[in-house]
Amino acid sequence: MNRLIPGWVRSPRLDWIMLALVLMISVTGLAVLYSASGQDAAYVERQAIRLGIGLVGMIMISLVPPHVLRIWTPWLFGFGLILLATTWLVGVGRGTQRWLDLGIIRFQPSELMKLAVPMMVAAFLHPRMLPPGWKDSLLAGLILLAPTFIIMRQPDLGTALLVASSGGFTLFLAGIRWRIIVSVMVVSAALSPVLWIFMEEYQRNRVRSFLEPESDPLGQGWNIIQSKIAVGSGGLTGKGWLNGTQAQLEFIPERHTDFILAVFAEEFGLLGVCLLLALYLALIGRGLYIATIARDTYSRLLAGSLAMTLFVYVLVNSAMVSGLLPVVGIPLPLISYGGTSAVSLLAGIGILMSIYSHRKFIK
Amino acid sequence: MFRSNTPRPIKDAHDEQRLFASRARTGFIIIVLLFLGLVARYFYLQVSHHEDFTTRSESNRVQVQPVTPNRGLIYDRRGRLLAENRPAFRLEIIPEEAGSIEETLQTLREVIVFSEEEEERFWKTRNRYRDFESIPLKFNLDESEVARFAVNRHRFSGIKVVPYLARSYPYADMLAHVLGYVGRLDAGDLARVDERNYRGTTHIGKIGAERFYESQLHGTSGIERVETNARGRVLRVLERQDPVPGVDLVLSLDVAVQQAAWDMLGDRAGSIVALDPTDGSVIAMVSKPGYDPNLFVHGISNADYQAILDSPNQPLFNRALAGGYEPGSTLKPFIGLAGLELGVIGIQDTVFSTGEFRLEGQVRPFHDWKDGGHGWADIRLALEESVNTYFYKLALGLGIDRIHFYLDQFGFGKPTGIDLPGEGSGLLPSRDWKRGRYNEPWYPGETVISGIGQGFNVVTPLQLANALATLVNGGQRKAPRLAYAIKQPGDVQAERVSAPLVFQVPVNNNQAWLAVLDGLRRVVNGARGTARDVALNADYVMAGKTGTSQVFGLAEDEKYEESEVAEHLRHHALFIAFAPYENPKIVVAVVVDHGGSGTRDAAPIARAVLDAWLSQELTR
Repeated sequence: MNRLIPGWVRSPRLDWIMLALVLMISVTGLAVLYSASGQDAAYVERQAIRLGIGLVGMIMISLVPPHVLRIWTPWLFGFGLILLATTWLVGVGRGTQRWLDLGIIRFQPSELMKLAVPMMVAAFLHPRMLPPGWKDSLLAGLILLAPTFIIMRQPDLGTALLVASSGGFTLFLAGIRWRIIVSVMVVSAALSPVLWIFMEEYQRNRVRSFLEPESDPLGQGWNIIQSKIAVGSGGLTGKGWLNGTQAQLEFIPERHTDFILAVFAEEFGLLGVCLLLALYLALIGRGLYIATIARDTYSRLLAGSLAMTLFVYVLVNSAMVSGLLPVVGIPLPLISYGGTSAVSLLAGIGILMSIYSHRKFIK
Repeated sequence: MFRSNTPRPIKDAHDEQRLFASRARTGFIIIVLLFLGLVARYFYLQVSHHEDFTTRSESNRVQVQPVTPNRGLIYDRRGRLLAENRPAFRLEIIPEEAGSIEETLQTLREVIVFSEEEEERFWKTRNRYRDFESIPLKFNLDESEVARFAVNRHRFSGIKVVPYLARSYPYADMLAHVLGYVGRLDAGDLARVDERNYRGTTHIGKIGAERFYESQLHGTSGIERVETNARGRVLRVLERQDPVPGVDLVLSLDVAVQQAAWDMLGDRAGSIVALDPTDGSVIAMVSKPGYDPNLFVHGISNADYQAILDSPNQPLFNRALAGGYEPGSTLKPFIGLAGLELGVIGIQDTVFSTGEFRLEGQVRPFHDWKDGGHGWADIRLALEESVNTYFYKLALGLGIDRIHFYLDQFGFGKPTGIDLPGEGSGLLPSRDWKRGRYNEPWYPGETVISGIGQGFNVVTPLQLANALATLVNGGQRKAPRLAYAIKQPGDVQAERVSAPLVFQVPVNNNQAWLAVLDGLRRVVNGARGTARDVALNADYVMAGKTGTSQVFGLAEDEKYEESEVAEHLRHHALFIAFAPYENPKIVVAVVVDHGGSGTRDAAPIARAVLDAWLSQELTR
C-alpha cells in the first residue's frame, strides 16, 4: 500500500487533512467571490493568485522547524513593533494609519502582529514554570497589550481584537489562573465606557447603528439592515449561486470583503452556512488536536492559540453579518477578498503544519 | 530576558501537558457552544423570519415606475392644430459621468448659451436627482444649438441632448386666453388631481381649456415594474402596463373667425365672443392683449414674466370670460322684451321722448342721447334709435324686482357655465343685493338707469353673447361649449359634445320676441338705425345693438396709473349682433375697451366676425 504512494506524499511534513480543509474553504471562497464581485472574473483571478502565493508561503513555513521559529520570534516581534510604530507615525491609507508603503507592496504591520504576538507570548512562556504566576502573567500581558494599543489607535479595532485575543489565548492555554481571567474580564467590562472615549467617531457610529439600526436605515444602519435582509431572505436552502438579489443588485455593502458571508448565506441558505461553519470548526478542531500532540511548550501554546484565533475571525465576522455584533473590520478567513489577511492566515496555518510535522511521535 | 539566569523550578512536562489538554478541551467546548449559538442566530434569521426578510428583499429590488401618457392634442373645428406635442430637445447632465460640474458648465458655456436662471434651477434640482440620473439644464434647444452641440460633442462627457415632447401653441397669444397653457406640476396642482396618475407627469393644465379638460387630455398613466439595484438604477423591466394617452380635443373655435376678430381689434384692448346659437358652441373668443403661452410651458423667466406684468392692459386677464362691463344700451333688448312679455307695455304702444325725463319731484333729468329727443317711439323704434326715455319709463313700469326676475332668466348676474375655468359672473342688481351690499334701500332712480343698462349692472362679454343667443333662440339658454368633439385614443371618429340646456325662458307672446328682434334688425338696417352703415354690401341680413359702457372698473385687481386715469375714463364701446336675421347662425358680442363709440369702434369688428363665419357657413 505504502509503495503506491510516493515518498514525499507520505512525508509527515504536510498535514493533508488541514490542507484539504483549507482548499475546500478557499475554493468555496472563490466561488462566492465570483458572485459577490458582480461576476467579475478579474476579482477571482486576483484572489486566486493571492491564495496561491499564500499556499506556497504556507508550505515553505511548514518546513521550518518550530524551534527555529522560536529562536527568531523575539526578532520578528521587535521588527513588527518597530514597523507598527513607524506606521503609526508615517502610515498611508484611507484616513487610517494602517499601511506601510514599501514601494512595491503596501504592507500592514498589524497583520504581522497577528502571528508575532502569540509567538512572542508563547516564546516568553516556553522556558517558564507553567501555569504562569502573577508576575509572568503580567509580563506576558504587557507583551500583547503594547501592540494592541498601537493598533487600536490606528484605529483598527478588528485587528486589535484579533491580536489581543491571540495573545490572550496563549495565556489561557498556558493555564493562567481562572482568577486572573475573571478579573481581566470584569475589569475590561468596567472599562468599556472608557473605550468609548478613545473611539473614533465612525466607530461610535458603528456601535450606535448596531444598537439601533432602524434609527437611520439609509445611513449608518444600512449595512446591518441590508445584510440581515440578505441572510434572512436566503432561507433554508438559499436563492442559488449568482441568484442572490441583495448581493447581485448591490444592496449588501462591502459584499466582496467583510460582508461576503451575507452573500453566501443569501445564495446558499442555512444549510450552506452550517456546512461552512462545520468546515471552519473542523479546521479549528484540527488545529487544537495538533496542539495537543505538539512537541514542546512553545509549539503547543502557539498552535492552540492560532487555532482559537481562527475561531475569533469566524465568530466575529458571522456575528457581525447577522447583526449580533457591531460592524468591526474582521474578514471571513480565506473567503473575504483581500490579500494581506489571506497571506497571514495561511502563514499561521503553515506554522500549524510545521508543528504537526515536528510532533512528538516523530524521531 | 528569555534565557533567564535566575534559577527556576524544573518544568513538569507531564503536568503541563495535562493542564494544556484540559484548557484546550474547555476552549473547544466553548467554541462549539458559540458555533451552535451562531447556527441558532442564522436559524432565527433564515428560517423563523424568512418570510419577513424575503418581503423586504423583494421590495428592495422591485420598484414601480410610472409611464407617462402622451397628452391629447387640441384642434379647432376645422381640424387646425391648436396645441401640439412638438418634438423638442433639451440638454441634460449626468453628474456621475460629467466629473466636475462647474468646469463642465464653464466649457459648455462656450458652445451653448444658457441663462443664470437656468443654471440656478439646475443646481436647485441637482439634489433631487441621483448621480447617475440626468438632470435637465436647458429646455427647448433651437436647431443651431443642437447642431453646435453635435459638432462639439467630443469635448463633453456626461452631457446629452435628449428628445422629448413639448407642448406647443402655434397660435401663441391669439388663443392664449382660450387654450390656457400647461406648466410645471407643483404641489398645488397635485392637490386637485389623483396623485397616483400624475407620478410621472411633469406638466399640467394651469388655466384655460388645458386646465378644464385636464383629466381627459392627460390620459391614464401606465406602470412599469422594474428591477433596480441599490442605487436605484433600473436594470430591467419586469412587467409593463402601457399608459392610455389623453383624448384629442376638438374645440368649436374657428381659427379663421378668431383671426378676423383678433386682427380687427388691432392695437386696442378688448374682447370678442362669437357663439353659434343653434348649438351653443363657441366660434371665437378673443381677449386682447394676449400673451405667449409657450413662455409658460417650461417655466417663464422672471424677466419675461415681469415684462408681461408691466405691459399695459393686463395681458394675462381674460376679458371675454371675466371682464366686467356696464352693458349700457346692449341691455335694452332684454328690458324691452321683459316689458312686452310681462304685459307692462304693448308692441304698438308708444312713448314720447323729449330728450329729458324727470322722476316726479326730482330736479335732475335723465337724458336721451339725442338733444330734443326722438318723439313718439314704439319698441322697434326705441331699439333702432336707442331711445333712452322709452326704456326709462318701461323700467319704472317694470320695477327692479321684475327686471331682476326677467333678466335673470337670460343668465345675467351669474356664470354661463362655459367649459372654462375662471368665469366671471357679472352683476344683476336687486333690492336684496343692494341691502346686503350697501345696507341701503333701492331708489327709483336706480331702476330708471337700469332700463338703459347703467348703474349697478355688470356683464361679461360672454354673458352678453349668450343672452343674445338665448334671445334669437326662442329662449333656449345653453351653457356655451368650447369643446366641440372629443376623440378617444384609438377611435377614428370624434364624439360630438353638445351644449347643455340650462334654462328655457317661457315664451308667452311670440310676437313680442319677433318685435324685439325686428328692432335689432332696424338698428343695422333702419334708416335711422344707430349702426346703419355697418352692414353695407353684406350678403346676409344682420341685426345688432350698440352700447356704451361707462368705465366701471375693468377688474378689481387693476391698478390705475394716476397719469392714465383720463384715458381710462373713456367709455368702452359695445356691440352685439347676430346674423342671418331670418335664421341666425352666429351671435357676437364685441367690447372695445375705452373705444368710445359702439357704432364706430365695435360694430365693424362684429361685421368682420359675421363675414368670416358666414362666408364659410353660407357656401357650405
